[in-house]
Amino acid sequence: MNGIKNKAILCACGCLVGIVNGIFGGGGGMIVVPLLTGVCKKPPLVAHATAILIILPVCLASAMIYIFSGQFDTELFLSVSIGVLLGGAAGAKILNRISPSAAVALFAIVMFAAGIKMIF
Amino acid sequence: MRFIIYLAVGFFGGLLGGMGMGGGTILIPALTVLCGVPQHLAQSANLFSFVPMSGISLKVHAKNGLLDTKDIIWTIVPATVLSVLGAIFVQGVSAGTLRMGFGLFLCVLSVFQFVSAIRAAIDKARSGAGRTGGAKKTGAAR
Repeated sequence: MNGIKNKAILCACGCLVGIVNGIFGGGGGMIVVPLLTGVCKKPPLVAHATAILIILPVCLASAMIYIFSGQFDTELFLSVSIGVLLGGAAGAKILNRISPSAAVALFAIVMFAAGIKMIF
Repeated sequence: MRFIIYLAVGFFGGLLGGMGMGGGTILIPALTVLCGVPQHLAQSANLFSFVPMSGISLKVHAKNGLLDTKDIIWTIVPATVLSVLGAIFVQGVSAGTLRMGFGLFLCVLSVFQFVSAIRAAIDKARSGAGRTGGAKKTGAAR
């Protein structure tokens, strides 16, 4: 019974992740990680790693739709992808050393400001 | 020049993403607000750039035994189907409306992130205090 309830939660969160990721072109990972730690009781590192595995096919599928709809620019996509690749590698190395609680809180404030700017 | 700026923005987005602070959610506003990239195109670039980065990360994570695939198919399938539908839907939404929606989404997400970061910091401080208390007790017993 508990197993079925868990699967229903996983499924419902999957729907939410899909809608968010398709409409906003990202951000699904921010829902998956708490889902994996909270509902599935996975340790944080495993949750972060497994979240990528969940998000990858989701991003790939929605990226196809965007690109086939004409949302593509070779220079932009190439430069951003290389940058993300290099930055991601560097960020992963830093994560192993520091505890980013204060950084995350600070960063959330910056994100909030960016959100306000986009609304108005 | 455009290439270098996008590369730098991508680097920062990737850096924060790699540190677990949500790469796409900062990459998209950085591209639109700072570089003037249209909203739909910025979102497309974010989705696209995630694929090679995550492919490499997964290889490393798999080697370190950090992937736990149990039951995740229950999330992957509905998420993939709905993301395709969401992506199709959003192609008909105007850039201005989508930008506003994204801003709202960003605000909600940042509040959520802020609260969980504070909570994690408090938990950590508490467990730290608990340990010190424990050490004191041991000292007293001696």
